Amino acid sequence: MSNELSVNHLLGIKYLNRDDLELIFKTADQFKEVINRPIRKVPSLRDITIANLFFENSTRTKLSFELAEKRLSADVINFSAAGSSVTKGETLVDTVNNILSMKVDMVVMRHAKPGAAIFLSQNVNSIIVNAGDGAHEHPTQALLDAYSIREKYQDIEGKKVVIVGDILHSRVALSNIFCLRKLGAEVMVCGPTTLIPKYIHSLGIKVSHNLMEALEWCDIANMLRVQHERQELQYFPSVREYVQQYGVTMRLLNRLSKPITIMHPGPINRGVEISSEVADSDQSIILNQVENGVAIRMAVLYLLASKKEMNFAQT
Amino acid sequence: MIKRELLSEEQISIILNRLACQLVENHGDFSETVLIGLQPRGVPVLRRLVELLEKQGIANIRQGLLDITFYRDDFRRRDSPLEPNRTRIDVLLENKRVVFVDDVLFTGRSVRAALDAIHSFGRPKDIELLVLIDRRFSRELPIQPDYTGKRVDSIASERVLVKWKEEEGHNIVYLIRPQDEQ
Repeated sequence: MSNELSVNHLLGIKYLNRDDLELIFKTADQFKEVINRPIRKVPSLRDITIANLFFENSTRTKLSFELAEKRLSADVINFSAAGSSVTKGETLVDTVNNILSMKVDMVVMRHAKPGAAIFLSQNVNSIIVNAGDGAHEHPTQALLDAYSIREKYQDIEGKKVVIVGDILHSRVALSNIFCLRKLGAEVMVCGPTTLIPKYIHSLGIKVSHNLMEALEWCDIANMLRVQHERQELQYFPSVREYVQQYGVTMRLLNRLSKPITIMHPGPINRGVEISSEVADSDQSIILNQVENGVAIRMAVLYLLASKKEMNFAQT
Repeated sequence: MIKRELLSEEQISIILNRLACQLVENHGDFSETVLIGLQPRGVPVLRRLVELLEKQGIANIRQGLLDITFYRDDFRRRDSPLEPNRTRIDVLLENKRVVFVDDVLFTGRSVRAALDAIHSFGRPKDIELLVLIDRRFSRELPIQPDYTGKRVDSIASERVLVKWKEEEGHNIVYLIRPQDEQ
C-alpha cells in the first residue's frame, strides 16, 4: 500500500481509491492518539496557511476543520460569505485568488453550488478540500462516518448500512454511498419516495420505503436530518407524518431481532428523525463521530500537505 | 551492495547486558524512570532491555513508545511521506527521568524530533539517550548518547542495519555499502 494519496485535492470520495481510504484511516488512528494527549498538538503544518471559506452556514464542520488545522499547527484564516465582497458581486475565482495572493497554501471550502470545489481546483493554484458542495459531496463527513464504523466493528467489508431520510438533498448520503461501496459494505437508502432520487439504485445500492424492513436488514443506520432549508417544495404532508413513518424510536429498536448502531451527521432534530432516547442511548455513536471528525480532517490535511507537489522548495 | 557483519548474536547479547547494567547503575529501582522506545526501530531494543532488567529483579518498569513522524524537520522536503506509527505513553512524564531507546544514532535528527515530541506528555526531570549503535562522525546536530552499545565509523552513503530474531531468525548488525563505492 502506498503512503501517498493518489489525488492532490479532496474534492469528493468519488475520486479516491480504496488505498487512499485505508491510508486516511491509518493516519487518523495516529492523530486520534495525538488529540487525546495532555498536549494535543503537533508541529507538522507549522509553515502552512489554510483558508476556511464558508459560503454556506456550518457550525460543526467549520469548528472541526479549524480545530484540526490548529492541532497541526497550521495558520488559519476564516472567511464567511455574510458581510464579504461576495455580496458585492465578486466571482468565486476572484475571491479565492485574492485570498491566495496573501500566500495561502490550502483552501477548505463549503459552497451551496454542487461542483464548486471541482471548479475551483481547475481554476486556482492551491490545494482544495471540499467541506460540502451543495447536494453533491461532503467527503470528510463520509470518511469520519466510515472511520467510526471501522472503529466499532474493526472491518467495514460486508457490513450492512442503511441511510435513512432526505437522500435527495443530501451530500452526506452521496459521499457515504461512494465511500461505503468502495470499502465493500452493502448500502440501502430508505425514505419517502419523494426524497429518494430516481435511478439511485444504479449506484449499486438497495432502496426501501419501509423503515422497519430497512432497520431489520442493517447493522448500522445513518439517520439524516430533513433539510427543510433546501426544500423548495412540500415533499411530505407534515412533519408529524414523517416522524410516524421514518422517525426511529427506542420502541422500534427494541422490536428488532438484533441491536443496531445509530449514526447521525448532525445537527439532530430531536423527535423528528430520531427520538431523544435513541440519540442518547448506548447504541448511538453520534458523539464518537464528532471526535473522529477532527482526527479524520487532520489526516486529510496532513496527507495532502505531504504530497511532493507541496514540497518546501516548490512553494 | 556489500553486506558486512558488524555484530554477531553473541556480541549483541553481551552489549545489551552491559547497557542494562549501566541503566541499573544510574537509575536504581527505576521508580522515577520511564524508558521510551523510539518508533519503529527502538522498540525491539527496549523490549530486550526490559526483559534483562526484569531478570535482575526490577519489576514494574514504566515504558512507552514514541512516534516522531509529526515532529520531523523534513516534512514537505522529502519525496515520499513517512508512515506514522503508534505512540503509546500511558504515564505522565512530569518530573520523571526519561531514557530514549533507539537502535542506531546517525544524524541526530530523530532524537531532536523526539525531544520536541516528548514534551506533549509533560516536562521530564531529565532525558537520556541509549543507542545500540552510535555512528559517530555523522552527526548533523549537537546530540550525543549517554549509553552506547558500540561506536561505528561509517560514511554517509553506508547504512547500518540492525536485524532481530523475529525478522531475520537471529540477532545481527550489518554494515551495508553500495556496490559502486567499494
